[in-house]
Amino acid sequence: MSTDIGTLETYLRKKRSEGHKLVVPYITGGFKGWIDAIRAAAANGADAIEIGIPFSDPVMDGPTIQHASELALRAGATPLSILHELRSVDVGIPLAVMCYYNTVHHAGHERFAHSLREAGVCAAIVPDLPLEESGLWCAAADVSGIETVMLAAPTAPDERLPRIIERCRGFVYAVGLLGVTGERDTLASSALTLAKRLKAITDKPVLIGVGVSNAQQAAEACSIADGVVQGASVMRRLIEEDADAVGDYIAEVRKAVDQC
Amino acid sequence: MLQDPSLDGRFGEFGGRFVPETLVPACQELEAAFRDAWADPAFRKELDDLLRDYAGRPSILTECHNLGKQLGIRLLLKREDLNHTGSHKINSVLGQVLLAKRMGKKRIVAETGAGQHGVASATAAALLGLSCKVYMGEVDVQRQALNVFRMKLLGAEVVPAVSGSRTLKDAVNEAMRDWVATVEDTYYAIGSVMGPHPYPWMVRTFQSVIGQEASEQCHTLLNGKDPDVVVACVGGGSNAIGIFSGFIDTKARLIGVEPAGGAAVGKGMPGVVHGMRSYLMQDEHGQVQEAQSISAGLDYPGVGPEHSFLSSIGRAEYPSVNDQEVISAFQVMSRSEGIIPALECAHPMAWIIREAPKMQGQTILMNLSGRGDKDVAQMMEILDGQI
Repeated sequence: MSTDIGTLETYLRKKRSEGHKLVVPYITGGFKGWIDAIRAAAANGADAIEIGIPFSDPVMDGPTIQHASELALRAGATPLSILHELRSVDVGIPLAVMCYYNTVHHAGHERFAHSLREAGVCAAIVPDLPLEESGLWCAAADVSGIETVMLAAPTAPDERLPRIIERCRGFVYAVGLLGVTGERDTLASSALTLAKRLKAITDKPVLIGVGVSNAQQAAEACSIADGVVQGASVMRRLIEEDADAVGDYIAEVRKAVDQC
Repeated sequence: MLQDPSLDGRFGEFGGRFVPETLVPACQELEAAFRDAWADPAFRKELDDLLRDYAGRPSILTECHNLGKQLGIRLLLKREDLNHTGSHKINSVLGQVLLAKRMGKKRIVAETGAGQHGVASATAAALLGLSCKVYMGEVDVQRQALNVFRMKLLGAEVVPAVSGSRTLKDAVNEAMRDWVATVEDTYYAIGSVMGPHPYPWMVRTFQSVIGQEASEQCHTLLNGKDPDVVVACVGGGSNAIGIFSGFIDTKARLIGVEPAGGAAVGKGMPGVVHGMRSYLMQDEHGQVQEAQSISAGLDYPGVGPEHSFLSSIGRAEYPSVNDQEVISAFQVMSRSEGIIPALECAHPMAWIIREAPKMQGQTILMNLSGRGDKDVAQMMEILDGQI
């Protein structure tokens, strides 16, 4: 059994209240070395981990995470095998999963929410399940105590953001740019603009994800936001190097955001 | 008439709008713009004029006397193959690109399987002065080289999709990824009655011209009667829904023929991909399976949500035919009628040939949604001297 760390949101709020910026790396479940990478990230200052359940058609993901997903699937990863392996992972920080909606739909809402709970997962991010379609899943997730992180995008008009925030649990995932996951040379100006709009209307933790590509960009994002989610830059290191490289990278990000 | 979807974009329990949050406002804006345009007589006239003076509508109805005699049926073809660009895709694309212009968009992205929708998109973009980028699976780029060159001639950029099965499904993924990044100035012209609401409904509306014309033409030819069977191929299902729309309230059997290797309705179960809940070929873990069809245009593991609905209420049937039957039907139709069909349309033909003994004396209306020129090189290779 996992250490009782409460909910993702209470954990992140507590960290934030200690003057701490939030670092959340994404790691593709089932990819070679993924469990070691989770441990390395946790040991080097991650505040929570987002675990991707690989899907055949990841429309929100760019080449790096697509590639990682394909390799994980080819290696035989399934939602069940990933959740099963997670049961034995206790790194003392909250775990969330990122999965495309068909994975949830196929398993069944209640069954999937229950299986996350059983695996010690606190929260779920479902990037192709927007507010209007989220009712059935959110109801099942609420019953099982799974927090559903909603995404807010730069394209949302002002009237839409409060409705997203209201249904959001855990943290608000501010999509940093118009586009899919992947590393970029600079942090898009849309990231800070959206984080400002969100911070002005909510006290839930606001994390910027998508296009936060290195330690310096993470620090820049944290000048406004409460933290960052980083995927492609983490997975590139796991693909090209190993879990130690992930640990080193998270330490570097940690250091950069602690200085801002 | 086919029913309109519910306010949340559902046909029964199928459809919806399962897209990344970034695209939700764009889908809402598109729905509002489409409702507004469709209610505007000036837009309708502009589209009707283009369909008549540019695309060559109405398309004719041809009776196949030779095949009819051989098979013991009366066989009518709705000749969408005679439209400009060679398929029914132009009907929807002219509507969509006009709409894109009306919305102030500068750029069109599209996915294509066999290349017919890509060619139609490139054509409409050239005519109406927008730039156009077409995503096409790498496998399809190879087997449909002629259409790739046509798109380039028309000024479009063709980008091979190299992920996954490298066919239509992956081209849709790439087009959606492009749209997520460029949504502010870009219109995504989806090629079939699929994708998030309002696409399945909007594309059906643009394609319903096929059914309207066919219904009137049949009434004239059959002295006020309707055909006994209306049949079309189904990948995403836009040509099928187009012709079904004219006969939904009749007693005609509606048949959507799927390829055996891409039988979403026949072999799939409800799932969610590409913005919609519909029948979908998937494995035991919910991973989308790769379709396997000789026909690039039908090589798709999903199907438009309205077809899932029509199947679920028993109004339409979705049998499948295999590649061998299709290759044979392709040749039978060419020799018997002097019409080389698109490989996609050899599917309903194959079904008719197989089922004719059970339909003796009946009148069958088939939508010939595209011509076979694009498939000649592929068939040359497949038949390799056996002709």
